[in-house]
Amino acid sequence: MSFVKELTKGIIKENPIFVIVLGMCPTLATSTSVNNAIGMGMAATFVLVCSNIFISLIKNITPDKIRIPVYVVVIASFVSIVDMSMAAYVPALHKSLGLFIPLIVVNCIILGRAEAFANKNNVLNSIADGVGMGLGFTLALTVVATIREILGNGTWLNIKVMPNTYDPMLITLLAPGAFITLGFLMALMNMLKEKK
Amino acid sequence: MGFLGQFFSMAIAAILIQNFVLSRFLGLCPYLGVSKKLDSAFGMGMAVIFVMTMASAFCYIIYQYLLVPFKLEYLQTLAFILTIAALVQFVEMVIQKNSPSLYKSLGVYLPLITTNCAVLGVAILNITPLGDGSRYNFIWSVLNGFLSGVGFTFVLLAMAGIRERLELVDMPKSMRGMPSGLILAGIMALAFYGFMGMKI
Repeated sequence: MSFVKELTKGIIKENPIFVIVLGMCPTLATSTSVNNAIGMGMAATFVLVCSNIFISLIKNITPDKIRIPVYVVVIASFVSIVDMSMAAYVPALHKSLGLFIPLIVVNCIILGRAEAFANKNNVLNSIADGVGMGLGFTLALTVVATIREILGNGTWLNIKVMPNTYDPMLITLLAPGAFITLGFLMALMNMLKEKK
Repeated sequence: MGFLGQFFSMAIAAILIQNFVLSRFLGLCPYLGVSKKLDSAFGMGMAVIFVMTMASAFCYIIYQYLLVPFKLEYLQTLAFILTIAALVQFVEMVIQKNSPSLYKSLGVYLPLITTNCAVLGVAILNITPLGDGSRYNFIWSVLNGFLSGVGFTFVLLAMAGIRERLELVDMPKSMRGMPSGLILAGIMALAFYGFMGMKI
């Protein structure tokens, strides 16, 4: 039963972006289009799941004092794998995400889950946690990207959704729009939480 | 353009036009997390300037003289993050030993800097080819690290100053804390867009 619970908690109840507020940099930078958001979310999910599995496997032989450097090395190795595979198979996406792929290393979500979950739980639960958190991250990114892409470009996943008379608000695609959109989304989440 | 002219154009680009926080989205966690009080923001800013400058220097040397000759460029992410982690640890020990008073004011921020993406970001940007295919040399890499750190500190201090005043403002409960901070950052980014068209 706990497997399902670990899987679903990351999606809404402990959503990494809206509730725990980790990993802001990629959220704001790569949510300019739904396409980028899903790509980034998938890359982060892959790293999260793999590093969770690996760290949970070696948790008994890792000395407590140097555990953080060990985690960083594990995460950085998986990030390098993702970086190189994306450059080879999806070069366009790799180019538009750019700097933020190597920066998955310092994404607080991944190190945070390694420290808070994977080094205390067994492999199966760690996989569930990684998948759940990764999906939660992807979902939150997609929500932000949906708002920004529809308002800023009038499209969703490159399909036109707004009528021709709609004048795109370019500002939502630029940096200020990212901050403001996320700010209002978080306020909305807080409001819903208070109502409960 | 002479050295000084190039230095100024780089300074203005790093601090105002392509500010790390507001236009490149790097280093947002400390920007939103440590900007509640002016003096802690100052401490964090100083620590970041220091580590970014050092990290630019060390990562550049490692990339240029260790990874490139042995054709190991694909290990850059791994090498850089290890360099930065080791550097932060080292700086922490040196400061603790030589200047306890400085350690007291910077100490708590140093471990946080390892996971500050601005530091890794500047190290990677330094070795990324520029528009014309050339790369920064050693001196410009170090200066770029330093100036980007100054840009980071500049907006961090501005943000902290505004947020200290916002504490007293009457606003809806759901907007307090993070949401108002983000919207504030958005308005600041909007203001910084005014510098966008500037060309030197």
